[in-house]
Amino acid sequence: MAVVFEKTKMLTDVPFHYCPGCTHGIAHRLVAEAVEELGMQDKAIGIAPVGCAVFAYNYFNCDMMEAAHGRAPAVATGIKRVHPDKLVFSYQGDGDLASIGTAEIVHAAARGEKVTTIFINNAIYGMTGGQMAPTSLEGQVTTTSPYGRKREHCGLPIRMSELIATLDGACYVERVSLHDVPNIIKAKNAIKKAMKYQMEGKGFTFIEVLSTCPTNWGKTPVEALKWLKENMIPYYPLGVVKEEV
Amino acid sequence: MAKLTINEDACKGCSLCIQVCPKHILELNREKLNAKGYHPIGIINMDECIGCASCARMCPDVVFTVER
Repeated sequence: MAVVFEKTKMLTDVPFHYCPGCTHGIAHRLVAEAVEELGMQDKAIGIAPVGCAVFAYNYFNCDMMEAAHGRAPAVATGIKRVHPDKLVFSYQGDGDLASIGTAEIVHAAARGEKVTTIFINNAIYGMTGGQMAPTSLEGQVTTTSPYGRKREHCGLPIRMSELIATLDGACYVERVSLHDVPNIIKAKNAIKKAMKYQMEGKGFTFIEVLSTCPTNWGKTPVEALKWLKENMIPYYPLGVVKEEV
Repeated sequence: MAKLTINEDACKGCSLCIQVCPKHILELNREKLNAKGYHPIGIINMDECIGCASCARMCPDVVFTVER
């Protein structure tokens, strides 16, 4: 018998600290497998965010650096400019990237930095206790929007992929989801493609990954996947937003 | 003929693998608690496993190793 699936060597043996059913674990695996399949194990450098994935540096078996909240694209810029032969990726959530770090991500994309950003969008602030994020859906109940997000008060959620795609420096932007196995496979292919474009020096690459937060959504892991599919995907359509390489 | 190996202590009992298994041969093992205090996933009927690795791809904690 041949091994058809085993834990990639790009992940360490440290068990993930995430809540049961949290799709961060899947996203970590996909990033790790993408690096491994590209043969870049010895050349990858990751930037960990602030948020639930703050301990990402414990899980990836490559050089990792922790950035100040939202500043991962700035740190990635520095690393990539000093080491242009390295594969540099930042892994950020929606609180980190779409809120406190909006300036950094927009300008990194505008400058066309040759890095890959993995943007985990779960429509809520996970680590801090389920507050409303810029990506929370209209009507979504969170601890800071107990009657649901109101358009007239908070506006509508930001579609980061579409926003980034308007910038000339961004060469590849795709939105993927982790709600079922076929989409998980697509997500890995997108991450791989983004990393490939980065190494070819094409420009800034951005993959938005729709994810779940069962704990703060108040749902079971299985219900959370269903909620993602039924509520998030209509507002955040999947697919390639931009591919100009 | 396929073989599924489970790293029980890494499992958090989230059950995402159960709903993607096309053969419906996965179930939480209610007889057991792992080191984290969860009922880990168990296999009801190994002979029916086709080694598709859907469970492994869905698992957020990478507990499965699949051989075929």
